[in-house]
Amino acid sequence: MSLVSRLSSGGPASISRLTAGSGVTRQAVRKHLGVLARAGLVRVSRRGRETLWRLEPGRLDEAQRSLELIGKQWDQALAKLRVFVED
Amino acid sequence: MSSTKPTPSQPSTDRIRKSIILKAPRSRVWRALTDAAEFGQWFGARLSGRFAPGQRMRGPITAPEYAHLSFEVIVERMEPERLFSWRWQPGGDPDVDPAEPMTLVVFELEEVPEGTRLTVTESGFDRIPIARRSKAYRENDEGWRGQLENLTGYLARSS
Repeated sequence: MSLVSRLSSGGPASISRLTAGSGVTRQAVRKHLGVLARAGLVRVSRRGRETLWRLEPGRLDEAQRSLELIGKQWDQALAKLRVFVED
Repeated sequence: MSSTKPTPSQPSTDRIRKSIILKAPRSRVWRALTDAAEFGQWFGARLSGRFAPGQRMRGPITAPEYAHLSFEVIVERMEPERLFSWRWQPGGDPDVDPAEPMTLVVFELEEVPEGTRLTVTESGFDRIPIARRSKAYRENDEGWRGQLENLTGYLARSS
């Protein structure tokens, strides 16, 4: 399961929890979280001594919407390819 | 009706996959994808040069609704009649710093009884700031919305 899916279904989580049972190293999880944070999909917050990662509210929807739009662009491109090769 | 539905189990924010069956031989589809002149004809871009691994290909988009954009890719792999891949800025945004992360587009061809199955996978979206992902599409979309608002306002004032 991807980090995004885990955060989406499991709610805010520490790196330890995200690493457990994932089959990847803690360092890899931390690195990927950094990438997602820079992309605006997740953010980190501190509760007492705990550091928790969470999905940015609304960002997941936005991410999925933009993927749908790009998906539509591919649909259009493939439709044009079909017309072109099916002679 | 459309045969380009994404596969059902695709919760991913990182990738898009589209798969279609073309009633044409694999060699025909391969040529349409990898011959720059043919590619430009159906995709809608004016390209010169040849697609080759490592090659940067660039040219203006000829489709009128995207005429403010350019097509620019760095070719990755070419395995004749099987796989063709490139990296680019999603949406063909010419204003993006080339050092920014790119998405990877992979075309895979497979012979099937009806002709050729073509699968396109674009991945790497998770590394790209959300605001930028469909900027080109949104810009175009907002352009039209703006025009409609102008028209609505004009009609309201002149009635």
